[in-house]
Amino acid sequence: MRDFDNKNRDDVTMTKTNLTTVIAATAILAGGAAVAQTLVPSPTLEAIRVRGNLECGVHVGVPGFSFPNDKGEWSGLDVDYCRALAAAVLGDAGKVKFTPTTVQQRWPVLQSGQVDLLSRNTTITFSRNATLGVNFQGINFYEGQTFIVRKASKATAAKDLDGASVCVAAGSTEEKNAADWFRERNLKVTITNFQKNDDAIAAYDAGRCDAYTAGVGALAGQRAKLKTPDDHIIMAEPISNDPQGPVTRYGDERWQAVVRWVLNGMIAAENLGVTSKNVDDMRANSKNAEVRRLLGAEGNFGQMLGLSNDWMYNAIKAVGNYGESFDRTVGKDSSLKLERGQNALWTKGGLLFTPPFQ
Amino acid sequence: MSATPGSLRLWRKRLFSTPAQTAITLAIAACVIWLLTPFMRWALVNATWTGETRADCAPGGACWVFIRARFGQFMYGFYPVAERWRPNLFGLVSLAAIAPLFVLTGRARLRLAIAALLVLPPLGVWLIGGGYGLAAVETRAWGGLMLTLFIAIYAGLIAVPLGILLALGRQSRLPLIRTLSVVFIEFWRGVPIIAVIFLASLLLPLVMPAGVGVDRLARAIIGLGLVIAAYMAEAVRGGLQALPRGQAEAASALGLGYWQTTGLITLPQALRISLPAMTNEFIALVKNTTLVLVVSILDLLGIAQSSLADPAWVGMNMEAYLFAGTIYWLICFALSRWSRSLEAGGPKGH
Repeated sequence: MRDFDNKNRDDVTMTKTNLTTVIAATAILAGGAAVAQTLVPSPTLEAIRVRGNLECGVHVGVPGFSFPNDKGEWSGLDVDYCRALAAAVLGDAGKVKFTPTTVQQRWPVLQSGQVDLLSRNTTITFSRNATLGVNFQGINFYEGQTFIVRKASKATAAKDLDGASVCVAAGSTEEKNAADWFRERNLKVTITNFQKNDDAIAAYDAGRCDAYTAGVGALAGQRAKLKTPDDHIIMAEPISNDPQGPVTRYGDERWQAVVRWVLNGMIAAENLGVTSKNVDDMRANSKNAEVRRLLGAEGNFGQMLGLSNDWMYNAIKAVGNYGESFDRTVGKDSSLKLERGQNALWTKGGLLFTPPFQ
Repeated sequence: MSATPGSLRLWRKRLFSTPAQTAITLAIAACVIWLLTPFMRWALVNATWTGETRADCAPGGACWVFIRARFGQFMYGFYPVAERWRPNLFGLVSLAAIAPLFVLTGRARLRLAIAALLVLPPLGVWLIGGGYGLAAVETRAWGGLMLTLFIAIYAGLIAVPLGILLALGRQSRLPLIRTLSVVFIEFWRGVPIIAVIFLASLLLPLVMPAGVGVDRLARAIIGLGLVIAAYMAEAVRGGLQALPRGQAEAASALGLGYWQTTGLITLPQALRISLPAMTNEFIALVKNTTLVLVVSILDLLGIAQSSLADPAWVGMNMEAYLFAGTIYWLICFALSRWSRSLEAGGPKGH
């Protein structure tokens, strides 16, 4: 890995010369020094290079998103993103260390600089962005409250639940959301309360209600615990909107751009058909200009971010595109078998979107 | 426990002496059996013990395969497999050093105890943490039962001596020392442990200059140690106050100074009296180690909870908590038996 470090250092110096040219050119065009300000090197990126590893804050345990596997390695959709980021920044998906965080400590850990970013099931909200000193760098999972029903019931969306009964934990946000949603639409739905979530899902499994409600991600984990998981379907259309994605602290916009564009790169790769298996071939032979820019065969996109030009090549080679990661961790190749739903690409009826690599 | 005719008669007298008593005994026995049978059927009869994956487990019974698959993590966390001999070795060395304390008496016992106290703690930090010739293992890789014991023992090593000093300080005739001790004890006794751990782990880095970092585990252990020290101090104070004043007066009459009186006369007796209370605090400490979960330290309970999030093993809550709970219970039960044997031995009167 020595070579790589040296190479990186060369890249940094090269970036600087390139940047100087760019700055000089833009300065003449824009006639202002303000442009130069945005191009200072990222302190976080420098710190990661000196440290030799990325510090990523993950969740202590959410099935499919963040968990230690039998070998003691952290795995899951959120963990995969950290590995891809490590591959993009340091050229090695293994150079990342994980800090499992609880609900109470996630913000302080990020704010105090103990981690470079959070990648853990955390809903993006206005007040968090505005008051906690944190920025959300995109959406890697569209979470939302939805319902699980038996396939035999033929219900496919929440509006089909008229006349049905729903099991919920008493006093939970889910109970309130569901009650409000049905009342607003004048649907007669019986809400059956239970003391705990586990009791509610057990009652649903025993056939005491027609549906059980929770977030999409949580339901995927719950479904696997049912007696016959294959007989149940998770409704694709949620009744609430709780998008989640990587979080950075205020400051260091260069680093924020890296975090944002690695996620965009994974989504773009899926859209462009670049996978961990065909990435070498695509880099060498693809005629698509965006693929060539993404993989560093054309242009200086990595260097513009302060990385090496094979940044996304490394990330995709090691972790795969967004779809591969989704299928492996929560989707069809995992035991959770979560449908893509809203997390499908915008070209395939989902919400997952990336701006172009231009 | 052989059922001699004597003890049989005793049981019959206790449980079946009158028809009403017989009825109550039978009813309670029926209740216990009625409650325990489904549990036993789940935990033992229908349980699956061998296999590789969740698919090998029969429905309706406990899946102990999960515990087998995760046993290494439950014991050592993410500690590298190739290095696990180090905590094992430390455990063995500690046992070998402590076992003779039960056999030896008098000065030899005291010397060994002091030597063990001086040598074992640094040895443990070196063996488990590495450095000086051993591969370093970051504390974030430590976990499981090993970490639970490590936290309990090292926090105890802070709490017991500090607690004794604070108890003596509280009894001191010097106003400054007395006030400082009282303030310290009342402060640490008054804050919730979870708040202390949280502050030590999260707020300290915010206020400390950049680059000055104390390990997260060390911060949690120190925080835990300080709180328990305050409780220990109160336990020891109880022992000191239970001693008749004549003990200390007789020592002074013989010409002994403060430290001689304390070290040879009052403290040994006070400690024996406070032993049950101190054991109580230590048992509480063992259970309170689980609070470190809030600061990303995956002890036995923490690793059990995280393991539950593996989709390959989803739904193993009962198995994981039962296993972790049993281990905590075994540790605490062993401690309480040990303290009872200490209380039973040696002279009691003063």
